[in-house]
This record gives sequence, C-alpha cells and structure tokens, in this order.
Amino acid sequence: MSRAALLVLADGRFPAGGHAHSGGAEAAVKAGRITSAAGLEDFCRGRLHTAGLVAGALAAAAVLGVDPRQLDAAADARTPSPALRSAARRLGRQLLRAARAAWPSPELDALGVQFPKGAHQPVVLGVAARSAGLAPEDAAYCAAYESVSGPATATVRLLSLDPFDATGVLARLAPELDRVADRAVAAARRALDEGVDALPAASGPLLEVAAEWHAAWPVRLFAS
Amino acid sequence: MHLDHTHDGPTAVSADAHRRDGSRRALRIGLGGPVGSGKTATVAALCRALRDELSLAVVTNDIYTREDAEFLLREAVLPPERITAVETGACPHTAIRDDISANLEAVEDLEDAVGPLDLILVESGGDNLTATFSKGLVDAQIFVIDVAGGDDIPRKGGPGVTTADLLVVNKTDLAPYVGSDLARMAADARTQRAGLPVVFQSLRGETGVADVAAWLRERLVAWSA
Repeated sequence: MSRAALLVLADGRFPAGGHAHSGGAEAAVKAGRITSAAGLEDFCRGRLHTAGLVAGALAAAAVLGVDPRQLDAAADARTPSPALRSAARRLGRQLLRAARAAWPSPELDALGVQFPKGAHQPVVLGVAARSAGLAPEDAAYCAAYESVSGPATATVRLLSLDPFDATGVLARLAPELDRVADRAVAAARRALDEGVDALPAASGPLLEVAAEWHAAWPVRLFAS
Repeated sequence: MHLDHTHDGPTAVSADAHRRDGSRRALRIGLGGPVGSGKTATVAALCRALRDELSLAVVTNDIYTREDAEFLLREAVLPPERITAVETGACPHTAIRDDISANLEAVEDLEDAVGPLDLILVESGGDNLTATFSKGLVDAQIFVIDVAGGDDIPRKGGPGVTTADLLVVNKTDLAPYVGSDLARMAADARTQRAGLPVVFQSLRGETGVADVAAWLRERLVAWSA
C-alpha cells in the first residue's frame, strides 16, 4: 500500500463528479443561512458532525470489510430525503468509475454489478480506499473532509466569498475533523461485530428538508 | 483505444469504442463555444437534418438551468427520452474536460435506454475560448463562434479555435450589421488551424446547417468503417 494514495483519493480534482454538488450550501445561501465566512463555518460544523460523521463511519466500515449491501441499506435508512439519496447514488456511481480506473479491483467491479445505478457515495469511497490499500482512518478522514470542503468551495462561487476566508474555515475545523474521524472509525469497528446498527445515525433535518426544496428549483447552479 | 480490451466488466471506465455487449457504441460529438454563439440552434438544426436517417440523442450541459434542454424539447427536434440535461455546478468546462463522469453516465444511459444509437451530440454550456472537450468523452468536437462576437476571435486563437476538429463561424447573415470582415475571419482561421476545416454558416440562410451535417456524415462513415 501507499499512504500517498490518500492524497489522490482526497484531491478536490479527483474526477468523481463532486464539483457539481454544493452539499446543501446552495439552499442554505438562498435561505439566508449562509451570508458570510462565519455562516459558512457554522454550516460546515453542523454538516461535519451529522452527515460527515455518518459518511465517515460508512466509509471506514467498508474498508474494514463490512458487506457493502448492508452498508448501502444503512445509508438509505440514515438519509430520509429522496433527493439526497439520489444525489448520493449518482455520486457513488461517478466515484466508482474513477476508482475503477485508479485502483482496479474485483471488489470495485462487484460493486458495479450489485449497484448498476450507484451505491451511496461513502460506501463506494470505502471500497475504493480498501482497493487503494488505505486504512479505515484514511477513508473516514476523506469522507469527513469532503462533507465540509464541498460546501466551502460551492460558497466561494455562490457568494463570491473570499477564497482565503473559506480556506480559513476549513483549517479551523481541522481539530474537529480529527475527532469526527476517530468517532467514525470506532463506530465502524463496533459495526464489524455488532452489525450496521452500531453505526452513527446523526442527522441534520434542515439539510434533508432543504435538499427537497432545492431539488424542485427550476434554476440552480448545483445539482444538490 | 483499448483494442485488446475484454468486455466483461460491469461498466466501461473510459472512452472504449465498444459497449459492454461488444457492439460498437455511438459516435460522440462535442459542441462547445462562447455563450450565445448558436450551439443550441445548431444542435436543433442538426437534429432536424439527421433524425430521419440516423438514430441520435443529445446531452446538454447548462450552466444554471435546464434551458437548453427545454428549448430542444419545446422545438420537438427529438423525442424527450433522447434528450438529457447534465448539471455542471457553475463550471461547464469542468464537466466536459476535467471531470467527465456525469457526461459519460448520461451518454451511456441514453444508449441503454433508447439505443442502439448512431450519434450522440454533447453540447457544452456557453464558456470561454479555452473550453474544449476531453478525448475521454467525445470522439471529435465542433467549436461554434459567431461573427457578432467580434471578427478578431479567430486571430486571437485559443484551444477551441485552433484545435477543434471543426470550427463553425455562425450568423454570417449578421456580418454587414456588426461590421465583421468574413474574409479576414476566414484568413485568420486558416492561419490558426493548420488545415483543419472551417464552416461559415447562417442558419437563416438557404444552406442552413447542411455543411456541418455533411461533415458529421463523413465522420460517421469513418467511425463505422
């Protein structure tokens, strides 16, 4: 294995479709909940400790070898919004394509056969990390970071926010990212023995509600 | 591309010329160019010109709406199931060049749903002069500019003008009204493009999209050979 594979997988330019999604930031901007770097930080903190934690645990569990079908069902159960489920599956399918090119493996091929229209993105992320020889911690970090880096990049475009301020927000969240990744991996290890019910089920209801609202807009910059 | 590739994988990961079942996939042609140069009008005209002789489909990449897809639907140039809109997150050139995964899915899903197809037109959202399509997404690309955007655009060059497989200079009927020198545009394009073809077109004129349609037919013959 090569730890440097994590840099490839976590790179914002990894061609897996993330650039077209705002992680809920577009709806939050329109609703007036993000108007500044401070608002972005609050939004990202909320998303990190809810959607980010769940995604990190799902990804880490996939690295540990928990059955992707069970993890995908667990992700569905933790995603009430049909719009978010659909976005997560689209992103999972796109990530699978890139991962199969980067780290070809029978497990990634099997995932494509089981889920021709895509598994939830964090599940694919975990199997991709596993195929790249990475550790559960790596996948958890990757998922948790994506949960905040996506909204930060999108907000730079949506509000013409100063990109240095947006990067500062991400840097200030780093210690919390460490803690979320630790909790995600601990939960994933429990899931190995106790089943997927041991995975966290933290949710941000406003993210789910706003995703449904956003999906119905006729004019928008981001797909979710 | 992958001439010795086996086709037992669940999905193609690249621009493989064959589909999963081993059949040859549709020819994919990208149409890019600045905002308002007439990409969607050209796509609509091509659909009308070719739909009776070919099985075709269209993927649009709008910047922030489904407007281009809806225009094509309203004009009824193709049945709705043959038109797909891809959302690009404010960044059309990313979706056609740097991260083509959503567009690849759209073309593959179209072939699965309404195939077999001969031709898929992938239209970019209006962008700048550097926006070109990835070779992983399309087999050839058309760059559409117009005379009203300034007759110095061919001279300025840029990847779209210099490297596109076909350069279309659109709206030639407007040239006298905006003071554009078509002869100068043609000479500059020749200099920039080292022998690559250029079509001057007015969709309001008698020939309409015929030259571009003829170029596409040649491409199709080469693709299916």
